[in-house]
Amino acid sequence: MEITIKIFRYDPEKDTRGHYETYVVEGDENDRVLDVLELVKGKTDGSLAFRRSCAHGVCGSDAMRINGRNHLACKTLVRDVGANITVEPVLGLKVKKDLVVDMDPFFDNYKKMLPYLINESPLPADGRERLQSPEDRARFDESTKCILCAACTTSCPSYWANGNYYGPAAIVTAHRFIFDSRDEGASERLHILSETDGTVRCHTAYNCTEACPRDIKITKAIGEVKMAMVTGKLD
Amino acid sequence: MAKVHQFDVVVVGGGGAGLMAGLYASRTAKTAVISKMYPTRSHTGAAQGGIAAALGNSEGDNPAWHMYDTVKGSDYLGDQDAIEFMTSEAPQAVIELENMGLPFDRTPEGRISQRPFGGHTNNETGKPVRRAAHAADRTGHMILQTLYQQCLKNKVNFFDEYQVLDFIMVNGKAAGVVAVELSTGELHTIHAKAVIFATGGHGRIFEVTSNAYAYTGDGAAILLRKGIPLEDMEFFQFHPTGIYKLGILITEGVRGEGGVLINGKGERFMPRYAPTIKDLASRDVVSRAIYTEIKEGRGVDGKNYVYLDIRPETVNKFAAEDGRTNPDGSKFNLTAEQVLKKLPDIIDFCRVYLGVDPVTQMMPIQPTAHYTMGGIPTNKFGEVVIDDKNTVLPGLYAAGECACVSVHGGNRLGCNSLLDLVVFGKHAGLRAAEYAKTAEFEKLPENAESAARSEFEALRKGSGKENVFDLSNEMKKVMFADVGIYRNEKDMRNALEKVRELKSRFKDVTVNDTGKIFNTELLNAWEFGNLLDIAEVVALSALNRKESRGGHSREDFPERDDKNWLKHTLVWNKNGKLEIDYKPVVITRHQPKARVY
Repeated sequence: MEITIKIFRYDPEKDTRGHYETYVVEGDENDRVLDVLELVKGKTDGSLAFRRSCAHGVCGSDAMRINGRNHLACKTLVRDVGANITVEPVLGLKVKKDLVVDMDPFFDNYKKMLPYLINESPLPADGRERLQSPEDRARFDESTKCILCAACTTSCPSYWANGNYYGPAAIVTAHRFIFDSRDEGASERLHILSETDGTVRCHTAYNCTEACPRDIKITKAIGEVKMAMVTGKLD
Repeated sequence: MAKVHQFDVVVVGGGGAGLMAGLYASRTAKTAVISKMYPTRSHTGAAQGGIAAALGNSEGDNPAWHMYDTVKGSDYLGDQDAIEFMTSEAPQAVIELENMGLPFDRTPEGRISQRPFGGHTNNETGKPVRRAAHAADRTGHMILQTLYQQCLKNKVNFFDEYQVLDFIMVNGKAAGVVAVELSTGELHTIHAKAVIFATGGHGRIFEVTSNAYAYTGDGAAILLRKGIPLEDMEFFQFHPTGIYKLGILITEGVRGEGGVLINGKGERFMPRYAPTIKDLASRDVVSRAIYTEIKEGRGVDGKNYVYLDIRPETVNKFAAEDGRTNPDGSKFNLTAEQVLKKLPDIIDFCRVYLGVDPVTQMMPIQPTAHYTMGGIPTNKFGEVVIDDKNTVLPGLYAAGECACVSVHGGNRLGCNSLLDLVVFGKHAGLRAAEYAKTAEFEKLPENAESAARSEFEALRKGSGKENVFDLSNEMKKVMFADVGIYRNEKDMRNALEKVRELKSRFKDVTVNDTGKIFNTELLNAWEFGNLLDIAEVVALSALNRKESRGGHSREDFPERDDKNWLKHTLVWNKNGKLEIDYKPVVITRHQPKARVY
């Protein structure tokens, strides 16, 4: 089948502003949008820049706007979006070239969440694992799925309005540790998230949950963090 | 001139092995981790089923069994001293990951949960044993995240999105690397006492592959060009269950949870090939079985795929026939809810890419190129060894899939790759830091980056007659068809000639993008050059080994030949020409015997 793909192009070494180029390629309805981009790059214009690696939705490299919504290009098939496709970089992060955006601010917010297990208590004396019940493990299961693709954060109107907001992905990371029964850093993280750039900026627009390619119920996770902040309880 | 940085230890690669090495080296040495992607993008994150360790959390197990299974799985080509080291370190390594915060699934008692996996057995009964410690079907993702988080906590220096192009060697010792910063196109020289390569595999030489685009064998190719040999490159693992046509991995954990393989006639066929452990035989055995079913006309609808079936009614029927029970002895009964809970990503992949729901439908699968058993030769401390006497190249280390210790020999067992990268990543990091304590910096040569610069220049100056995308497809096709699951002299000779032809045509490619910022056209072309160099070594090594062993199955030499071939292959690049030599296999506890599952 014939696929028409309109792609946002911007080369900072040549262009003063972005523009769109349209390409027509021969493909299949089961092709990933990533396959279509590869075809354009491989056969028509090698200078087209985008990130990709695993090509099956687990590495988080290729979040982009496809027909106006955030998706992973490798997890979106032509049959899902039709043969007329528009591809643009995600919003809210500076475009470096074509579909490549500056991810450093995104990872900086991640790092602000103290994204590692905090537990100063002695390890079990028998030299074995810390114990955790299946129920306690299940409590934070969803938020461990996050692949840091930024689809959620860059779909968030609050983040577009104020780039200082830590954003949904960072809060999901905080959630992963706050609700881990082995972790002792919840109050520290809740304190960080209670600052002006924290959860107060979430207005439950729900865009993040819809954008998440891992089906994490992000708005719910943010709600749980907010609740913990208010009640001081983690259940 | 390139920018120059100085570190005691530089780690190339931000996957599991690189992060583990970086974490341990940084405890005592000034360390940098250089990665061509953000580290969380690394392919370790795609590993699904688990990490092997004889924790014995659900049933009796011990490292000696794990060792024997690994030796047997390797078809006796693995070095037994290294295998014993890895399997005895395994329980502590997994516990350490838990202590770092890794969210393993739990048993009702709160211990790390374990599932059966291919080739892992109770050595007394020969039946599958629960040895794979897991976090749903995203164990690699959790290892990658946890190690990255620990590196952040320990303030490891990261150079994200820097592609390493060259290894600097001075006076026969490591002196650093040259890298390009993707966002600016600038070259950087990283001056170091010790260099650790952890650059992953090269599964992108094949058409149907589970491997990421990033898996272009960069580290192995760079070192090959520097005169360092590559070991056992003929041994490449084809995973039995890739999604039909796409190659996306469907974890062996599906069969660990009771899933079975079904041919086009609706028969469960693995009992004919592996009567004792059936669908949980080693990967090479299962991939050959699938291929044989297809070749003999029992693929689905005459096509080259079969089904993987995890529907509870199928699983429970065969579990009853096999006499499978739960760890507590109760009747095994899988429910749809458990499938959803234990294999969420697999369900998701099938729904997205196939429109198939594994709870109610069978999954169409075919073998997919998956794992590089061979690689940069190292000893069990991660030190790179450069000849048949295992002479160490001072200051150079390798770990993870790019390395060949050799613990996997002719065929890797499932869940031993994550174990490999954690154990040997750690020891490479420790050893490199220890070396850096007493070693001096070698003086950098003038213009250390000039070789990298000329490689780029050459790519810009070709005649433009050829196109990288097309050449790449030609290579992948011929490698998958002719150096795949079953091999023979004629096909492999054809592949070798074809790869050499492609190498020559590669000189005529031209990179049109002259920019500096994110010039991915230039980088992809350079990566393809690495794949071509590696493909040539793989085809030559395979053609040379006249026997069948592990993942190397020859139609013209169907038997294993211990008399002539119980030895490792080493291939050197000597001034553009490949030369072959060998080194002995280390055998300690287990003498080679027939391999029956």
